[in-house]
Amino acid sequence: MATSASAVLSKTVKKQFLDLPQGDKVQAMYIWIDGSGEGLRCKTRTLNSEPKTIDELPEWNFDGSSTHQSEGSNSDMYLIPVAMFRDPFRQDPNKLVLCEVFKYNRKPAETNLRHICSKVMSMSEVADKQPWFGMEQEYTLLGTDGHPFGWPSNGFPGPQGPYYCGVGADKAYGRDIVEAHYRACLYAGVDICGTNAEVMPAQWEFQVGPTEGVNMGDHLWAARFILHRVCEDFGVVVSFDPKPITGNWNGAGCHTNFSTNDMRAEGGLKAIEDAIERLSKRHTYHIRTYDPNGGLDNARRLTGHHETSSIHEFSAGVANRGASIRIPRAVGQEKKGYFEDRRPSANCDPYAVTESLVRTCLLKEEGDAPTVYSK
Amino acid sequence: MESVSACSKLNKTLRQHYLNLPQGGKCQVTYIWIDGSGEGLRNKTRTLDEEPKSIADIPEWNFDGSSTDQSKGSDSDMYLVPVQMFRDPFILDPNKLVLCEVLKYNREPAETNRRISCNKVMEATKEHCVWFGMEQEYCLLSMDRYPYRWPKGGFPRPQGPYYCAVGADCVYGRDIVECHYKACLYAGIKICGTNAEVMPGQWEFQVGPCEGIDVADHLWVARFILHRVCEDFGLLATMDPKPMEGNWNGSGCHTNVSTKQMREEGGLRYIEQAIEKLSQRHQEHIRVYDPRGGEDNKRRLTGLHETANIKDFSHGVANRGASIRIPRQVGQDGRGYFEDRRPAANCDPYSVAEAIVRTCLLEGEDGE
Repeated sequence: MATSASAVLSKTVKKQFLDLPQGDKVQAMYIWIDGSGEGLRCKTRTLNSEPKTIDELPEWNFDGSSTHQSEGSNSDMYLIPVAMFRDPFRQDPNKLVLCEVFKYNRKPAETNLRHICSKVMSMSEVADKQPWFGMEQEYTLLGTDGHPFGWPSNGFPGPQGPYYCGVGADKAYGRDIVEAHYRACLYAGVDICGTNAEVMPAQWEFQVGPTEGVNMGDHLWAARFILHRVCEDFGVVVSFDPKPITGNWNGAGCHTNFSTNDMRAEGGLKAIEDAIERLSKRHTYHIRTYDPNGGLDNARRLTGHHETSSIHEFSAGVANRGASIRIPRAVGQEKKGYFEDRRPSANCDPYAVTESLVRTCLLKEEGDAPTVYSK
Repeated sequence: MESVSACSKLNKTLRQHYLNLPQGGKCQVTYIWIDGSGEGLRNKTRTLDEEPKSIADIPEWNFDGSSTDQSKGSDSDMYLVPVQMFRDPFILDPNKLVLCEVLKYNREPAETNRRISCNKVMEATKEHCVWFGMEQEYCLLSMDRYPYRWPKGGFPRPQGPYYCAVGADCVYGRDIVECHYKACLYAGIKICGTNAEVMPGQWEFQVGPCEGIDVADHLWVARFILHRVCEDFGLLATMDPKPMEGNWNGSGCHTNVSTKQMREEGGLRYIEQAIEKLSQRHQEHIRVYDPRGGEDNKRRLTGLHETANIKDFSHGVANRGASIRIPRQVGQDGRGYFEDRRPAANCDPYSVAEAIVRTCLLEGEDGE
């Protein structure tokens, strides 16, 4: 059976209860990244009134020994709210609250990559350039048996070709989830700017942006949470693994589009080319930050085939989908705009990706390690 | 193998919960285009900050042509230029479906962008007020690609009782037809009718009367809506011109045509003149009446099953075995329109409409 048991529970009954009024009380669901650097966790608390801004949300804590984040003997970890969204599952006035995780000693948890990203983004050399990001999140839908959703059991569909942006039950597998996710993100206030079916059947993509600075990571993580929750409701599973099926099947990336105010202004192509020149000298550093396992995950995906560049080499080109960096055709013609870094893996941490890009391109760092700034 | 797709079994009440969520002032616009096969449709969606009031408000976009057989990976960007906007019958107002033309990286039309040359021809013949009505036939298939509800490994009773029928023993899949009709009306497509066809599981809808290029724009979006409705139900629609060999009808796209002169008193002589011109260019038309230069239509235009033979041109009043049929009523009134029965169900309506207008209205010989 491809879908979960909970998918067959009556949604009419669920609606009956979720329609009940709740007085002034508000449910706030706190969301955080766990010890894997990829997984998301959540729990809910009742507040006495609707929070208007993030500052009205109290700190909270959780048992880190249950999420691979601490030992049982000293397990409390802190949740600090950083971004608030409307809740598309329980609806207004309820909230989804994205949090940073801190250890018992108030230092950032190992997988709290937002903390330092936020500091880097607020440095004047970075903030003054107004760095905008657009991230293209690819993902694969799986049944609860781990096989891609809609694929014949114990088998494979016809080869890639007809599925990209396809329509029809033999081409698009799981559109209901995509539509539900898109609308849920719009409701929540996530900057979702598009969706399309991808090259492998049951593979899809959504794009978040253009979003500035640390907000990019916030919006992408919130969108990923919403996707996991929507799939859970429908009884299927979403995977952000960069190469879910070996063989002649595309992998899943998180192509990251980047620009600064210089690049967006007249003649900005020069700033784009300078940035790419800097990136070309720091390929290994970036690859290390572009998936949660130091490049090991991406090694299965960046083969030089299936519209990827090889993990071993850096390359750049206009309209070239086999390169590490692609300059869109329109940007090449207008001589201004943005560029696309095609290296990040689908399961990357967007805080780490956006931070590396500004470190190399705006802070002009070189070498294999990030610079430690005094502030 | 299951009859319907796995996705169609996902909970639709749940889907409705999400699709009922308000979306602020944002508008979702789905861009639709024809891919490298000349038959397939592709689509992707973007968010606009507010509802576009007209096509002029919708920006150009681009896509990866190397994934749709339209360009190489090393130079893959292709442009999408919006040409017609419709309401979205799936995710509803204020959201839109937008039909697009495809241009290559150098802004030249893509190989399967037949709209550009069709548009030129329509502009050049504007004063004739050419009207078209196209009758799109198609078959419903299960996910195993066998016709929907046909017994596995076997066949239903022979053709006869199915055309325009009612009853569960004669009608296969009316739900899809009803939903498609309503969706097209909502979207603003000029759908003017539907009927069950001769083969069980085969249906027809008609688009028109439309002036000039609109018929092709509306027909392509009606096809998209059909594939999307079938996707929701977990079935497939095929426009293959001969889905089942043997004593079973094929699928065409009969094209009805008239000019202002044909519609006025005494118009019959203009109809006969047009047919005379068409008779001189039969092979040229056959070549553009399916996406494979006539190879697809060879399987369908046999001279049997209400078709004319692909090799010969013929015409006649009320004659469904002819290439061109003049409806009985038109013969009696002495004016009206004629029906070209040759186009295949998977034809490109831009190519069909262009060929007919070139032959009947534009001066000049082959290769103009």
